[in-house]
Amino acid sequence: MNRTLFVAAPILVLGLTLLPGLSGVRADEGAYITVASTTSTENSGLFGYLLPAFTEKTGIEVRVVAVGTGQAIRIAMNGDADVLFVHHRESEERFVDEGYGVKRYPVMHNDFVIVGPATDPAGIRGMEDAAAALAAIANADQPFASRADDSGTHKKEISLWAAADIDPTGASGSWYRETGSGMGATLNTASAMGAYALTDRGTWIKFGNKGDLQLLVEGDPRLFNPYGVILVSPDRFPHVKAREGQAFIDWLMSEQGQQRIAAYRIDGQPAFFPDAVP
Amino acid sequence: MTDFVNAFRTAFELIVGLDPELVRIVTLSLQISLAAVLAATVIALPLGAAVALLRFPGRRAVVILLNAAMGLPPVVVGLVVYLLLSRAGPLGSFGLLFTPTAMIVAQCILVMPIIAALTRQTITDLHEEYDEYLRSVGAGPLRSIGTLIRDGRFRLLTAVLAGFGRAIAEVGAVLIVGGNIQNVTRVMTTTIALETSKGNLALALGLGLILIIVATTINGLAMAVGEAAESRHG
Amino acid sequence: MAEVEGSLEPAGACPLLPLVTDGLCFTGGDRRLILDGVSFRLDDGFRTVILGPNGAGKSVLLRLCHGLLRPTAGQITWGGLSPAAAASRQGMVFQRPVLLRRSVRANIEHVLAIKGVRAGERGARVRAALERAGLARLADRPARMLSGGEQQRLSIARAWVMEPEVLLLDEPSSSLDPAATRAVEDLVREVAAGGARVIMTTHDIGQARRLADDVLFLHRGHLLEHSPASSFFAGPAHPAAARFIQGDLID
Repeated sequence: MNRTLFVAAPILVLGLTLLPGLSGVRADEGAYITVASTTSTENSGLFGYLLPAFTEKTGIEVRVVAVGTGQAIRIAMNGDADVLFVHHRESEERFVDEGYGVKRYPVMHNDFVIVGPATDPAGIRGMEDAAAALAAIANADQPFASRADDSGTHKKEISLWAAADIDPTGASGSWYRETGSGMGATLNTASAMGAYALTDRGTWIKFGNKGDLQLLVEGDPRLFNPYGVILVSPDRFPHVKAREGQAFIDWLMSEQGQQRIAAYRIDGQPAFFPDAVP
Repeated sequence: MTDFVNAFRTAFELIVGLDPELVRIVTLSLQISLAAVLAATVIALPLGAAVALLRFPGRRAVVILLNAAMGLPPVVVGLVVYLLLSRAGPLGSFGLLFTPTAMIVAQCILVMPIIAALTRQTITDLHEEYDEYLRSVGAGPLRSIGTLIRDGRFRLLTAVLAGFGRAIAEVGAVLIVGGNIQNVTRVMTTTIALETSKGNLALALGLGLILIIVATTINGLAMAVGEAAESRHG
Repeated sequence: MAEVEGSLEPAGACPLLPLVTDGLCFTGGDRRLILDGVSFRLDDGFRTVILGPNGAGKSVLLRLCHGLLRPTAGQITWGGLSPAAAASRQGMVFQRPVLLRRSVRANIEHVLAIKGVRAGERGARVRAALERAGLARLADRPARMLSGGEQQRLSIARAWVMEPEVLLLDEPSSSLDPAATRAVEDLVREVAAGGARVIMTTHDIGQARRLADDVLFLHRGHLLEHSPASSFFAGPAHPAAARFIQGDLID
């Protein structure tokens, strides 16, 4: 056995893997922007459909960090993103008012739906009043899986409970299950324990582990879910790539961007509806 | 059961088809973890050797810290690195958050104590055995450390591979500091977390199988190296 | 030998002998007195055997002389030098050979490198040392895979390759079979014939008879007798030594 080879081989392997590795890791030099956004836009596949068209046109790479709306806003408030793309209007307006963002552009909307077990023990199927549906779930003591993660969906859920005049957190741990997780993880939980849940339509259509869950309630105007896109303030954070970020926003608001949003289909169904068709 | 069957089929198809997305993710995972382990090794080897050989005040505390740090919770490490690298944090001006570099930093912090603690153990054991000989022939401190590292090289390599195993299998820290950005910071573990959250359990499990294959290969390599050393040099 | 002015000794070198110890005491980690007031003088030209039962303090005495341990009290001088200063001119062979996890050849090369022998010179010296120890054909084998006797011969060769003025051996054949013991003893004789002063410990009376020119008899940390081998084995002065060489168990 050749000892030199014996020692050198692992080192060689290490080196060969590493050299291209480091250069790959450093390949940050091309123009790119970081977008703090929500799991609903990323997990539904919308970004995967939109971004290549934008990048092809402008040469600007878009890096999406997909988290809950609340966390996305905090990332942007730290200056760790160039563009914020979320769905909770009040928080977005406050973000702009407090000087973290330049301007909110209403880019598109989708809607929330309530899903639950096919047997529907709370009997909410086909209800048109989302708050009343939640009240029925609460009154029937049926399990409800909440995001409980300060996301846009969670904020929407809280406002619906308020409209129903119910404080579910008192039942936390019994029928009200707070997952503290993303939309997909919460749907996995709901699927596993036959619980109801509030979800955005896009994530729901694309979700691969529906199991026994079915769409039960939709169409209440209060389930309307508008998305806003905001350039993080370059005055506040000088490192923000304002030109590239604004280019992304302008493209989203342009005819081409809006058409592309409208054209996106999940399993043949439209998932997002443009709000800024010029 | 169908999930498992599907997972195996998915994993098989991904591997056999050399799915380009999969290749990219696996490559990035290897690159990031190798870079992290290399950086950690550069720090950990001298540190572990120093703690093993030098007597200085607070040495015991360092040993305890190193051993305890072997079990650092990745999420906490991720959070600390996140706060450090955030634009609002002390190292924010480098703009490293949500880049592969941030993930390397986090993994390096997680892995460094493992390699250092195992290095310390290896060097301590070997030093106990070699000490009188080295002093007898008048070997200086540098020569002694060199001899110990060289003769402990197989066990040290095992330590490095153990660190690599932890680095490549870790999800909590890299998810926080990398942001799981497609094509940029998406590695095997964060992809598994993402696909799980999308309800694509078979795909997630398939990727998990590939991760296990990679980790097992590394472990097997570590064992083979250890055994080869044992049989060659006793 | 080097008392002659203008000898061939390198400049500044003085002879290491006599080895003089005076009132040597050593206390172990558990406060046990291992050596108690050991004083002797060894002159040039002998093979000295430090003889005594297990636990007499022989190994500690050898380590003190080589500078690996420091005496709790008392003095050691090698031709006026401290043990630490003299150590580089001595070779030491341990009871359990400390061999590096490398080839036989690399073990010898290691010590040559430490002593600053130029790389170009090492090959020839390694070959000569292995030749003398009868290990030439094993040069490329991993050192720790050798038999016990071969390992001990390698450590003697490694100590010898620097041509030390004094070779210290601590029970070099205590765990070897008779054939391997004979090989080690032959090698020790050869080293001594080559001009090195040999000081070795043993608890084996037969080995002491075969190798010793003079004997230091050590018992329970006390030096009980220091005599030429011929008179020691003819009739030791101390009763404990007499019983020991008759094969009695002494404690």
